[in-house]
Amino acid sequence: MIRIDHISKSFGDKRVLDDISTTFERGKCSLIIGSSGSGKTVMLKSIIGLHEPDSGEVWFDDVLFNSADENSRKRIRSQIGMLFQGSALFDFATAEQNVMFPLDFFTDMSYEEKLDRVNFCLHRVALENVNHKYPSELSGGMQKRVGIARAIALNPRYLFCDEPNSGLDPLTSIHIDRLIQEITREYDITTVINTHDMNSVLEIGDKITFIYQGQKKWEGSRDEIFDSDCRNLNDFVFASKMARQLKEHQK
Amino acid sequence: MFKSLFTQTGRYVLFMGKVFRRPEKWRMFARQFINESDKLIIDSIPLIALISIFIGAVLVIQTAGNMESPFIPKMYVGYMTRESLVLEFSSTMVCLILAGKMGSNISSEIGTMRITEQIDAMEMMGVNSANFLILPKLLSCTFLTPLLMLMSFILGIIGGYITVVLTEVINIADYVTGIRYWFIGFYVTYSCIKTAVFGFIIASISSFFGYYATGGSLGVGHSSTRAIVISSALILIFDLILTKLLL
Ligand SMILES: Nc1ncnc2c1ncn2[C@@H]1O[C@H](COP(=O)(O)OP(=O)(O)O)[C@@H](O)[C@H]1O
Ligand SMILES: [Mg+2]
Repeated sequence: MIRIDHISKSFGDKRVLDDISTTFERGKCSLIIGSSGSGKTVMLKSIIGLHEPDSGEVWFDDVLFNSADENSRKRIRSQIGMLFQGSALFDFATAEQNVMFPLDFFTDMSYEEKLDRVNFCLHRVALENVNHKYPSELSGGMQKRVGIARAIALNPRYLFCDEPNSGLDPLTSIHIDRLIQEITREYDITTVINTHDMNSVLEIGDKITFIYQGQKKWEGSRDEIFDSDCRNLNDFVFASKMARQLKEHQK
Repeated sequence: MFKSLFTQTGRYVLFMGKVFRRPEKWRMFARQFINESDKLIIDSIPLIALISIFIGAVLVIQTAGNMESPFIPKMYVGYMTRESLVLEFSSTMVCLILAGKMGSNISSEIGTMRITEQIDAMEMMGVNSANFLILPKLLSCTFLTPLLMLMSFILGIIGGYITVVLTEVINIADYVTGIRYWFIGFYVTYSCIKTAVFGFIIASISSFFGYYATGGSLGVGHSSTRAIVISSALILIFDLILTKLLL
């Protein structure tokens, strides 16, 4: 479980995160939703320490992460997998080398063992015959899959995904979403996903946190999201005609 | 302006502190070092070779043209060509060219990794990205650029020789005598030291600007331009300083 307590973060005099508290449970997909620029990425990066929050606490199970010493931080980080918005695969490395990268750095496995693990992870994300391809030779959806394979290479306890289906077509998006959900359940991972895609919310959102201009405005399950009386949330959720019709239909 | 100069210098020093750490995995470091040397040094050979041969040729023709006087022995054409090459062209000029070629290569590569979050991904895994990505480039530029200098020196002399053979502006024998006349070995050492320093300047400044690039692909282009301008300026300043100190 991850718990964040009253975290705030400003860049200059711009307050990007304003006193946010929430928890993310183990074995569940927790979603952070909000429109572009609302602070989702900054929130994710503040949790994992790529940004230092100005105030507040971040707990990874029973470790207070943001004031832990360098060694415990390193230990926690080795248990975190992250899928970046643009996949962030290393351009200089093939798919195989990308997935092997964390193994190279953090294990003492032999080359054969590492290769086994890489192939297992690539297989798990349903990729075959891409081992020797460079990121630029892969489609967006395949890059995301390699990104997921790299994120799970070290068997993480925590998985963070920043807009896993931005730039993907609806069908590929759903495949990626389901894949993340399956992996989360299979390995009992605490998964946190940033998204602005309502399909993902309905498909995999076990718990949803809505951010508006850096503030947490609403929190709940996907069944409750259509009936909230938070205006900002309704503007966000019912931006599309499809969602409005769905609500009509429900009534 | 001065405030920004100070903060930038401070950031640069801190950045170097992050770069100069013991690599976590020597095998990965060796692999990166070989890749970078291939990309930065080996790939520069054709360009530097071409330029050096032509400059050697032009130097011979120009020097011969300026020494019409019958009182100056013709072998001085060879001598002057050699001195110009070893003292200034093969070190400073070659490094100014490399500042453009290697500098833009380094800063755009690192800058792209920054804005596409590849550097974040490494930091996230707990890898010291500055050390992993930049130390191999830095060492390769510092220790292998002097080899490019030596190559440029030799090819410049050969370029001059070819011109002498083809145009006969002076006697071949005079040219060869001039090339061998009063050879001061320390000039080569001096040039090697200069190029090593220039190589360090190019690699560290370009990585620095790339590493802190912001603002999308436009920002990467911007930081790469700044890297070239600033490393060229520093090369000229250090040329002056080192010449004063060493000669
Ligand atoms: N490193 C940074 N420096 C300054 N401002 C930033 C930085 N990162 C993000 N911001 C600002 O924070 C706000 C939230 O950004 P972000 O978290 O990326 O939004 P999103 O919800 O689309 O992921 C934006 O207004 C952005 O300009
Ligand atoms: Mg974002």
